[in-house]
Order: sequence, then structure tokens, then C-alpha cells
Amino acid sequence: MGLLSLSSCFTAKERKKKYKEEIDIRFFTFSGPPSSGKTSVIIKTALELKKKKYKIAVVKFDCLATDDDKLYAKNGIESITGLSGNLCPDHFFISNIDECFNWAYAKPYDILISESAGLCNRCSPHIEGCTAVCVIDNLLGINTPRKIGPMLKTSDITVITKSEIVSQAEKEIFAFKIRQANPNAIILHINGITGQGANRLSDLLEKTPQIDSLEGKELRASMPSALCSYCMGETFIGKDKQKGNVRRINFDSIKGEAVSEKL
Amino acid sequence: MKNYNKIKSMKVHEMLNVYPYSSEFFNINGLPQAGEEVSVHEYFSSLPYSVLQDIGASRDELKKRLDLFIDTMQNMFSIGMPDIKTVTIVGGTAKDGTVENISLTVGIGEVLCIAGNTGSGKSRLLADIEWLAQADTPTKRKILVNGRPFPDSMRFSAENKPVAQLSQNMNFVLDVCVKEFIELHAQSLIDKKTAEKTKNIIQSANELSGEPFDLSSPLTSLSGGQARALMVADIAFLSRSPVILIDEIENAGIDRKKALRLLSSNKKIIIIATHDPLIALSADKRAVMKNGRIEKVIKTTPFEKQTLSRLTEIDEFIEKKRKALRNGDFLRE
Ligand SMILES: Nc1nc2c(ncn2[C@@H]2O[C@H](COP(=O)(O)OP(=O)(O)OP(=O)(O)O)[C@@H](O)[C@H]2O)c(=O)[nH]1
Ligand SMILES: Nc1ncnc2c1ncn2[C@@H]1O[C@H](COP(=O)(O)OP(=O)(O)O)[C@@H](O)[C@H]1O
Ligand SMILES: [Mg+2]
Ligand SMILES: [Mg+2]
Ligand SMILES: [Zn+2]
Ligand SMILES: [Zn+2]
Repeated sequence: MGLLSLSSCFTAKERKKKYKEEIDIRFFTFSGPPSSGKTSVIIKTALELKKKKYKIAVVKFDCLATDDDKLYAKNGIESITGLSGNLCPDHFFISNIDECFNWAYAKPYDILISESAGLCNRCSPHIEGCTAVCVIDNLLGINTPRKIGPMLKTSDITVITKSEIVSQAEKEIFAFKIRQANPNAIILHINGITGQGANRLSDLLEKTPQIDSLEGKELRASMPSALCSYCMGETFIGKDKQKGNVRRINFDSIKGEAVSEKL
Repeated sequence: MKNYNKIKSMKVHEMLNVYPYSSEFFNINGLPQAGEEVSVHEYFSSLPYSVLQDIGASRDELKKRLDLFIDTMQNMFSIGMPDIKTVTIVGGTAKDGTVENISLTVGIGEVLCIAGNTGSGKSRLLADIEWLAQADTPTKRKILVNGRPFPDSMRFSAENKPVAQLSQNMNFVLDVCVKEFIELHAQSLIDKKTAEKTKNIIQSANELSGEPFDLSSPLTSLSGGQARALMVADIAFLSRSPVILIDEIENAGIDRKKALRLLSSNKKIIIIATHDPLIALSADKRAVMKNGRIEKVIKTTPFEKQTLSRLTEIDEFIEKKRKALRNGDFLRE
């Protein structure tokens, strides 16, 4: 899998030299399960930020195809897309994001937003020192907060969408579960269609610190290692075909917890 | 880490005793069950590396999360719902940009009806109130609470929001039975009188809907009328919010007058958008919308109240005939 090819990247120093000023940029990671409303929320929020004269770019990470670039373009928001093919988009994310950052820095944009939907509910793009937003919707059900890993549990802001199509009680129950899963985060209800609530998010994002580089920054949570023979293209079933990190269901445990093996 | 330091030498079962909700911490973080006799500290120390890797968090981070979890659960509702006496709608602009020159105050115990043609801006006005707008919606309206703008810290709070909405949708999405639903909601509000309220809610909901259902019914299998009835009863008995917004309940297949009476019996401010003359005249006053603005505010007159009792009779007459036809009877003189 190749890296995203981005032309004209310069370093922080070069940019400062070129623009003769110390304007750094803000970088936000937006993540959430597929179809939770990430693009809708980013668009509504970006439009609010644009009103305040910020120049914004979005980089979308996906596997095979996405139409999000068209949605962004339709709303006058510049975006680039990175397709990870057969890699988890969040693994792909981390090996490309510093280049993306440098590209946005050089352009120069004031704000860069990344959108990604980790496939496994275990990966998370959130980076220490960059504001992390998790977008999750009310239709996902009350057990979802449990099933989603660090992308929800380490976010700074959790946005809940699609509240207008559930009852008040369900909305309150869901928000409570989210609060339990991540007591630390600010919870915001945003309607991805009307944009109600997006100006609050834009106010919060505007108050976050600026940075001049991603180099040396660290992921908030490690990504799971997924190096088995099937990662490498194996397609046959059978014990002798399995190599690397393999986990097996333990049939002696009622809950079916898995046991790891290295082959 | 003041909570964690307090509990780290407790046995896990002691902690669960003192902080009952902390069992959810293990569940929601996907942590394995603890042996009863180990201390909290031992529990974290003995977590296998593979579990930490699955979760994507270090031991120290998990301890920090538990500390914060306990803190949050303890303080969640301690600020309490503010004591709200009035809500005031301060006019903004109409759809055509002209000024909406109005200041309309509704007090506790009152019902305000929003009337007007489709597209006149009823739902928009309710959304402004729900948002406790501060000139930051397309209408530029301001909503005052007790005569003042509501502080941002509470305006955007997910837990202490003073406005609840009876939404226009008529279905639940949650995959649980009625009893679990009520319990979950009570839990999320840290409400202690769950058993008593469950009884009240199911009883009232059945009175409102007319199609009986019980606590074991799956939530998603309820008819539109049953679901609406349950939503109304749930708000009446469980909601902590003093302001209730309702958008068009006329087609809900429930006893609308009873529903309104139930909701307004608990010292709430009720604001309801409606085309239904029965509901409109039951209100204390009505705001008439045109072109996205409140055109005028009318206090329900004594004559209108008289008309209301006449309308109620007609409504009951129609309802009786509907029931008869539904039951397969034919109408007699
Ligand atoms: N009813 C309702 N629909 C919403 C809301 N927010 C988003 N949607 C709809 O949900 C669908 C998915 O929204 P997107 O913004 O594309 O979601 P996404 O998370 O970016 O999706 P992927 O990038 O494909 O993972 C779209 O049809 C949106 O119109 C909301 O608040 N309410
Ligand atoms: N004062 C206003 N300024 C701008 N747009 C408005 C205003 N009032 C209503 N609208 C818009 O007009 C449309 C119809 O309003 P809506 O509230 O849905 O009407 P109703 O509920 O009465 O049928 C919506 O898109 C709404 O956002
Ligand atoms: Mg998207
Ligand atoms: Mg409407
Ligand atoms: Zn992944
Ligand atoms: Zn693999």
C-alpha cells in the first residue's frame, strides 16, 4: 500500500520562513462507526468555522471507496481522500497523517480535520495533544458504547447524532451509557441534517491549542496487531495455513473468550 | 486519583457495595469479572497483558478511568435541575428577515399552544426553545429562563438540560422490553423509586392508549399509539426537565386530553405545537405563527372555553362511533 502522494510538503520551519509569521494550525481527529454522521457533522461544523474566516481542509480515510469527497466539495470544503485498500483505515491513517499535516501546513490551512471509521471498533486515530472527537449515533443501541474501544473511550468530545429520531428517554439512556464509557468527554448532541448544535462544537474547537508538527506525537491507544497469515493474503482454511498471531475461541469458557497463540 | 486511593485496598465486592454503579465500569470497559476476595489494587495488577492490549489501555489509565467514573457518577446530578419559574421567547427575525417584535413569557403550570399553517415555523420555534437559543439559530431568537439568558455551562449539559421533547416519531428503536426500558431510563437518571414509577408509568400508558400492553411487551413491537402513550407516561413520571415540548400529537392514537392533563399535573411548563382545536383551546394561550414569526398571542377567552366543552362532546361522539365500527358493530339510532 503506497503512501498518499502529496506534493509540496515543507516543514514547520520552512513554512514559518515563507510566511514570516508564527501561525500554526489546529488538527482534529474525527472518528466513529460507519454511517454515524461524521461527514454531516464535519460539514456543519466546518461551515460554522468558515464563517469565522478559518481555512479548512478535510482528509478522509476509507478502505475501498467513498463519496464523502463529493459531499465536501458540494459544501465548498476542500478535501483529500486516502484509500487504504486491504489495510484497516486507521493503521493506514497513522502512517500517512504526518504527511497530510505537512501538506495542510504548507498550503497553508488553519484547520485540518481527519475523518476515519476504524473497521474493527478497536483502532482509534486519536493523538495525544490533538483534539479528538468521536461521532456516534442514537440508533447504534445501548450496547454499542461497550463494544467501541479507544476511539470512544479516549475522545475529548463525543458527538451524538440522530437524536431527533429517538424518544427523549432513549436519548437520555444513550447519553448516560456514553458518559459511563467515557466520563471525561464533553457530550454534544448535534443534528447532522439541520446542523443544530454544530456552532457549539465550532466554539469548542476554536478554543483548542495550535500545533506546528505531528512528529513525535503519540497515539492515545496502541492499535491492535493483526499479523496472521490471513493478513498476508492466505485464503485457505486449516490449521497448517495459520501463522503469526492467532487467537482461538476457548470452548471451555461460557463467554467464548479467545486465547492467543503465536505460531 | 482521590477516589481510587480511597478504594484501592477495598475488596472488589466491598467497592461494589459502596458504589453499586461501579459494576458497570467493568462491563462497559470489557474487563473480566473480578474474584470477590481480591482487592481493587490486586485486580488491576493481575490483569493479563493480553486484556490490556485488547482494550488498548494501560493499567494506570484504567485506574484513572475508574477514579473518574466514580467521580462522574457521584456528581452527575448533584448540581440539580435549576429552579425554573418562567421561560420567555424574545423575538428574532421572520423568514423574510423582518423583525419579530415580541416577548412572550410562559410560567410554571401553564400550557402554551403554537398554532399556524404547515411551514409557518412551529417546529422551528420548538427547536429554538429546545436549544435555549441565544441568537445563534437561523431565527436569531433568544430564550430566557427566569428572565435571564441561561448559562452556557448548563445550556449544553447533556445531563441537566431543563427541556425535554416529546418527539414526533412514534416508534422506539431500543431492543428491550417495556420493563427494562423504564428501568434503564430510571437508572440513567439515578432515580431510586423505580418500582413505584414503573407501576405508574405502565398504568397511565394503558389508560392513554386504549390498546392494552404490559411490561413484558418488546418495546419495538408497540403500535404507534402504545409507543406514544408510553413516551408521554415516561415523561410525566420520570423526566426531571421542567419544560416539556410537544410537536403535534394529534395523530398519535392516544387520548390527547388525558395526555395533556397528565403532563401538566406536575408543575411543568408545556409548549405544544398543534392543529387540533381541542388541544389549542385547552391551553392557556396560543401563539399564532405566520411566515416564521409569532404573529400574535391570544389568551383563550371564556367563550372559547365554552366552545371547548361542545367540541369535546363532538369528539367523544366520534370516538364512540369509531370504537363501535372497529368492534364490528353497526350503528343504531
Ligand atoms: N436523521 C438524522 N440523520 C442523520 C443525522 N446525521 C447524519 N444523518 C444521516 O446519516 C447518514 C450517514 O451520514 P454521514 O455523515 O455520511 O455518516 P459518516 O459517518 O460520515 O459515514 P461514513 O463516512 O460512510 O462512515 C446520512 O444519510 C445522513 O444524512 C442526524 O442527526 N439525524
Ligand atoms: N424565523 C425563521 N427564519 C428562517 N427560517 C425559518 C423561520 N421559521 C421557520 N423557518 C424555516 O421554515 C421551514 C418550515 O418551518 P417549520 O418549523 O418546519 O414549520 P411547521 O412546523 O409550522 O410546519 C423550516 O425549514 C424552518 O427552518
Ligand atoms: Mg463520511
Ligand atoms: Mg412541524
Ligand atoms: Zn482496525
Ligand atoms: Zn490477520
